[in-house]
Amino acid sequence: MAVFRLTFTKTKRDKLAQVLWILNWISVVTGIILFSLGLFLKVEINKRGELMAERNIQYVPNMLIAVGLIACAINFLGGKICYDCVDTTKFLRWKLIMLPYILCTFFFTFCVLVGALMCYSMHGELEESLNLGLTEAIRFYKDTDTPGRCFLKQTVDMLQIQFKCCGNNGYKDWFQIQWISNRYLDMSQKEVVDRLRSNVQGKYLMDGVPFSCCNINSPRPCIQQQITNNSAHFHYEHQTEELNLWMKGCRQALLEYYTHILQSIGLSVLIAWLFELSVLTGVRYLQTSLENGLRQGDLNSESDGWLLEQSFMETARVNLNIIKSLGKCNQIDTANNGDPNINIPCTSKANYGPDNVPPKEIPEAS
Amino acid sequence: MVVMKMKFPFQKRVKLAQGLWLLSWCATLAGAITFALGCILKTELRRRAEVMDNSDIHVVPNTLMIVGLASLGINYFASKICQDALDAGRFPRWKNMLKPYFAISCFFTVLMLLAVIMSYVMKGNLESSLKVGLRNGIRFYKDTDTPGRCFQKQNIDRLQMEFQCCGNNDFRDWFEVQWISNRYLDFSTKEVKDRIKSNVDGRYLLDGVPFSCCNPSSPRPCIQYQLTNNSAHYNYEYQTEELNIYLRGCREALVNYYMGLMNTIGAGVLSVFLLQGSVLVSLRFLQTSMEAVAGNENTEIETEGYLLEKSVKDTVMEYVGPLMTFFLLTNQVEEGATGAPAGP
Repeated sequence: MAVFRLTFTKTKRDKLAQVLWILNWISVVTGIILFSLGLFLKVEINKRGELMAERNIQYVPNMLIAVGLIACAINFLGGKICYDCVDTTKFLRWKLIMLPYILCTFFFTFCVLVGALMCYSMHGELEESLNLGLTEAIRFYKDTDTPGRCFLKQTVDMLQIQFKCCGNNGYKDWFQIQWISNRYLDMSQKEVVDRLRSNVQGKYLMDGVPFSCCNINSPRPCIQQQITNNSAHFHYEHQTEELNLWMKGCRQALLEYYTHILQSIGLSVLIAWLFELSVLTGVRYLQTSLENGLRQGDLNSESDGWLLEQSFMETARVNLNIIKSLGKCNQIDTANNGDPNINIPCTSKANYGPDNVPPKEIPEAS
Repeated sequence: MVVMKMKFPFQKRVKLAQGLWLLSWCATLAGAITFALGCILKTELRRRAEVMDNSDIHVVPNTLMIVGLASLGINYFASKICQDALDAGRFPRWKNMLKPYFAISCFFTVLMLLAVIMSYVMKGNLESSLKVGLRNGIRFYKDTDTPGRCFQKQNIDRLQMEFQCCGNNDFRDWFEVQWISNRYLDFSTKEVKDRIKSNVDGRYLLDGVPFSCCNPSSPRPCIQYQLTNNSAHYNYEYQTEELNIYLRGCREALVNYYMGLMNTIGAGVLSVFLLQGSVLVSLRFLQTSMEAVAGNENTEIETEGYLLEKSVKDTVMEYVGPLMTFFLLTNQVEEGATGAPAGP
């Protein structure tokens, strides 16, 4: 029982080959698009590399880049094969390669699907990486004189301005760390000394935030210092004030940004996967119909094409047996002294007709 | 006296027609690009329309858009004409249209050049427009409750952060304006009352700037208030401090940005102008050489092509002459009318 059997005339086969040639070239373009999407994702992740802790998030763009390149190569070869399938002599050249090619492409489409699913699964790792990275960045905000961390202040300020966010989870993260360097604190002033003494670890903590947390949409000039002190500012209530600073945390803002990119890329990869699968189906039909035509002896006549020759279970069983016997190919059967030509006795009963009566022995002529 | 006479054998004519067809399609593309460049410039100017006092500068992108559209039409006809040029049967139908066609094409090509020149000439106009617009923007920064000016604060903040600038000429412009609204000033405190009394107009002026002037590249947290008071901040000297706030004025920043944009666009439009000019010159040569063939049975003879039949001065008089006589005639009629009553 062939799976999805279809009959192909010579003209139908030729048309199929031509259409598949065009579709393979479109698939090459799709492969290039996948490659560029992977490259774009890699660049976007590296742009904010300072704000992400070390985590395995590079594998997604690397996978996409590899998949894109392999898709280009496979579909380029597929295009050549389909182009040659119209001509009988050229097809014979490709005859032996076609089946392995189809198997390779089939496993490759699995890789494409895995790539698409990975885009959606990166979410958790990314969140953790951003959480740790942002905590570190905020902690080292003041260290503009330490080599290796000189530009962290600028990076965090530009991030908060660009993504309209403040702190890791919210603006209160800035209250828990010292973001003003000791170089700019006047240790001779009583106020500074008091504040340092009141903290267990000797850190200068305050309920203030950097200027980059200021919200542009606020109708009043930005209140950065003494944020939780309602009496320090005229007509101000920090519990209800929403427009003064950015309320969103930078982790959430960055996560939303990257999730949006990943979802778009994932969708594109899924569409590419469906397209590849349909091209593969067409190539399989072409291969089987051409091979059947060869078997019949006349390639110009009608022939059948199918996806699988027998049903799924049969094909799986046959292939498993082949794989099993591959393991046994080195073992020779030594029961008959190693001679494979000795007749194996027939174990089935002989059938002597409807009465099942063995023939009388013919007496020898005297 | 013919201007630029050249001999055209048949093969050269054929090559000229083919080359011109290709060139005219390139010029059509270039015309579309000119239109797009005009649109881009107009969009960029409109984005900052709130800090510009007048829209005189918009004449540059408007001209570019008109010229771009016109050149699409001109070059489309040029390609059609050169397609018909080699066919002696079809060429005569263009005869009547060619003179006005060349006049219009020359006009629009010159207009293209004028647009580029204008973009340099109008720099002063742009600068004065920005000066007034920015001054108003800074003055109305605090009026976030006045309808029509609600978003002035937002616009100025965004402008200063995007262009990395502060104030009109520089950050001291903020010292001369009350940029904190009275709604947020506590009039019961002595400090506020003193400051308002010390000012002639009763305004709350201070040596501070909004947060959008802060420079993220500064190694220390931003100092916004008491900028000129060295003792108010530890280890701070405002005369030598360069990284704290943006030192550039927004007018200078915006003028530089727009001049840079117009320079780039101007370079592109100049090359389009040269391309368009070469299309028109080649078409003129093709037209004149084909006209000399007309009437001959043998279309493969060598002919002469020229740019202008008479000298430049004579051609100009030929076109402008009718206009001049029209004006002179009206003057003469008036003189005659005034002279008549004086007669018997």
